[in-house]
Amino acid sequence: MWGIVGQRVFRHGSSAMSLQGTRPAILASRSFSSAAKEMTVRDALNSAIDEEMSADPKVFLMGEEVGEYQGAYKITKGLLEKYGPDRVLDTPITEAGFTGIGVGAAYHGLKPIIEFMTFNFSMQAIDHIINSAAKSNYMSAGQISVPIVFRGPNGAAAGVGAQHSQCYASWFASCPGLKVLAPYSSEDARGLMKAAIRDPDPVVFLENELLYGESFPVSAEVLDSSFSLPIGKAKIEREGKDVTITAFSKMVGYALKAAEILSKEGISAEVINLRSIRPLDRATINNSVRKTNRLVTVEEGFPQHGIGAEICASVVEDSFEYLDAAIERIAGADVPMPYAANLERLAVPQVEDIVRAAKRTCYRSSSLAATA
Amino acid sequence: MALSHLSSTRSNRLLRPLAAAASSLCRPISTSTEPLVIETSIPFTPHKCEPPSRSVETNPQELLTFFRDMATMRRMEIAADSLYKAKLIRGFCHLYDGQEAVCVGMEASINKKDCIITAYRDHCTFLGRGGTLLEIFSELMGRQGGCSKGKGGSMHFYKKESGFYGGHGIVGAQVPLGCGLAFAQKYNKDENVTFALYGDGAANQGQLFEALNISALWDLPIILVCENNHYGMGTAEWRAAKSPSYYKRGDYVPGLKVDGMDVLAVKQACKFAKEHVLKNGPIILEMDTYRYHGHSMSDPGSTYRTRDEISGVRQERDPIERVRKLVLGHDLATEKELKDIEKEIRKEVDEAIAKAKVSPMPEPSELFTNVYVKGFGTEVFHS
Repeated sequence: MWGIVGQRVFRHGSSAMSLQGTRPAILASRSFSSAAKEMTVRDALNSAIDEEMSADPKVFLMGEEVGEYQGAYKITKGLLEKYGPDRVLDTPITEAGFTGIGVGAAYHGLKPIIEFMTFNFSMQAIDHIINSAAKSNYMSAGQISVPIVFRGPNGAAAGVGAQHSQCYASWFASCPGLKVLAPYSSEDARGLMKAAIRDPDPVVFLENELLYGESFPVSAEVLDSSFSLPIGKAKIEREGKDVTITAFSKMVGYALKAAEILSKEGISAEVINLRSIRPLDRATINNSVRKTNRLVTVEEGFPQHGIGAEICASVVEDSFEYLDAAIERIAGADVPMPYAANLERLAVPQVEDIVRAAKRTCYRSSSLAATA
Repeated sequence: MALSHLSSTRSNRLLRPLAAAASSLCRPISTSTEPLVIETSIPFTPHKCEPPSRSVETNPQELLTFFRDMATMRRMEIAADSLYKAKLIRGFCHLYDGQEAVCVGMEASINKKDCIITAYRDHCTFLGRGGTLLEIFSELMGRQGGCSKGKGGSMHFYKKESGFYGGHGIVGAQVPLGCGLAFAQKYNKDENVTFALYGDGAANQGQLFEALNISALWDLPIILVCENNHYGMGTAEWRAAKSPSYYKRGDYVPGLKVDGMDVLAVKQACKFAKEHVLKNGPIILEMDTYRYHGHSMSDPGSTYRTRDEISGVRQERDPIERVRKLVLGHDLATEKELKDIEKEIRKEVDEAIAKAKVSPMPEPSELFTNVYVKGFGTEVFHS
């Protein structure tokens, strides 16, 4: 099922510049281990946080239920036992308070990882993320840097209703001073989490609850404790030549499925896993569109002022003459998330929506009707 | 009250002794460090703790330093008022004149490894932490020589190497941030503390109580200092707070009410607070103080308070006048010597302003620097 992804994982892993890699990739001896080990996204995140806490005593973890409960989604399992209550701190249910405390600790030089049980609750603390964290290095002309990571599940889960299902990628990604990452696979989760923790700037790390349990193959290089992925680089998960499909987080999986379906109909789709929402890898996206001449952007969040809107603008600005068709934008429905299962299904993008949109860009479908 | 006659070797604090003193009593200004014990104006009012003694140990040198520092701050803020009216300072300008005793008294009891964080009324706090007049006026006028290279403005002064963490525009946000600084100090096992200053307006903010709860749970070395100048912008404290006893608002957290116009009381309270929090976790200090200016330069400050009230405080409680009386009363200097200090200060301030006025604005390329520490600069959009 993930065979293609497995190949990509190995190839990209070996050419990616590890930000602080000290061990040269010994490719020859590893060439047959590319798909051997599998790891869930949950374990990938846990191991990345564990390794970074082990490597740097300034790194600490703070959030609701991260310690004794082992993490609301078990991402921080075992860490309290290993590092003790001075470094793994259970907080009261007071996001504004503990986020501010985390940012203040970062001002002083510690490296906090602040968990939001979901990013819906980050709204209680968003002033600290934007005004206290993102802008400080600029306002102080470099005196006060904020090496903090804000992490947690983002976007829709299953049946959790309107207040627990919003995607905050575009809100955070519009703010200069923040870096915004969205992993898809376990390799992404490990590499981007390590990069985020090591990064001296504030990073918003958008996970996805439904991906936590999914397994992906990981190479030995990915498993190495010095592994990390560069921030600001997208990954071409599947190469193609007819249409570019951009996606992040869970939608990457959907895009890959759509690409499989499209390939059976003679359409070769190139799937780009954004990995980094801010900075956005405009170069990779534009190069791909210049090759395929068609673009479908996919995201789970609300359509207006979303990630797809930004990608459309970027491509129109940089690669207008290369477009052979209007850009298609697939997003969640412009409604608060409903609870009923059938309505919920209509409110989030499905694989068929992506397939239909890709076909429209290839003029294979005469219908220009809206997605659902 | 026999006082010493020896002059200090610290040249930067001494006046030109001969010419000035020639015509008066031929005794130079006293800068001795012989201890002097002075009573605070009123006793401290405690909440769930034993208050410190009203008798404060000081010395002539310290009192004269207090006078000089507060007079410098006063002069600086008045000068900023004029610069704002001349449109050389733009945007927001929140002046601290009247409240000088709070930051000066605090500095006397702490060191530069202790941290201070405050809101937007930060010019004097920054000066107290070691900032220079030139840096301040340059920043206010948006020049590259400013302490934030002109990119911050009045509300965003920082001096990390002296433990000053700003300079914050969002009311109340600085309190959890200050608790975070204290968290880091405890994490690093420093024996240092953080003072998080906020106003009577910010005292009602929810995040303050969230951070205080966590700080009390985790025994963080944080001192919350409510600079109660009795008006949150244009709203008097009794219109904003059901309970304006801010030193009691911590409930389970001990507190102390302090006459914030008495620099010695402030010093004593901060010393007491530092010792307390290193052993027992958070404490709240309420400084009863007053600002002569309105909330900011766009507020005349007289629509919600009477001119009589303002002049009454100036006459009865002005912090600089109190120290002047102490210095004269204890024969530590003459009136003329103090006036000469003030003249010197005025000259220093005028010189700093003149220099700042002709200094350059930031280079256009600075628009895109410092967005990130690491890499990528900013996104570039086609114009």
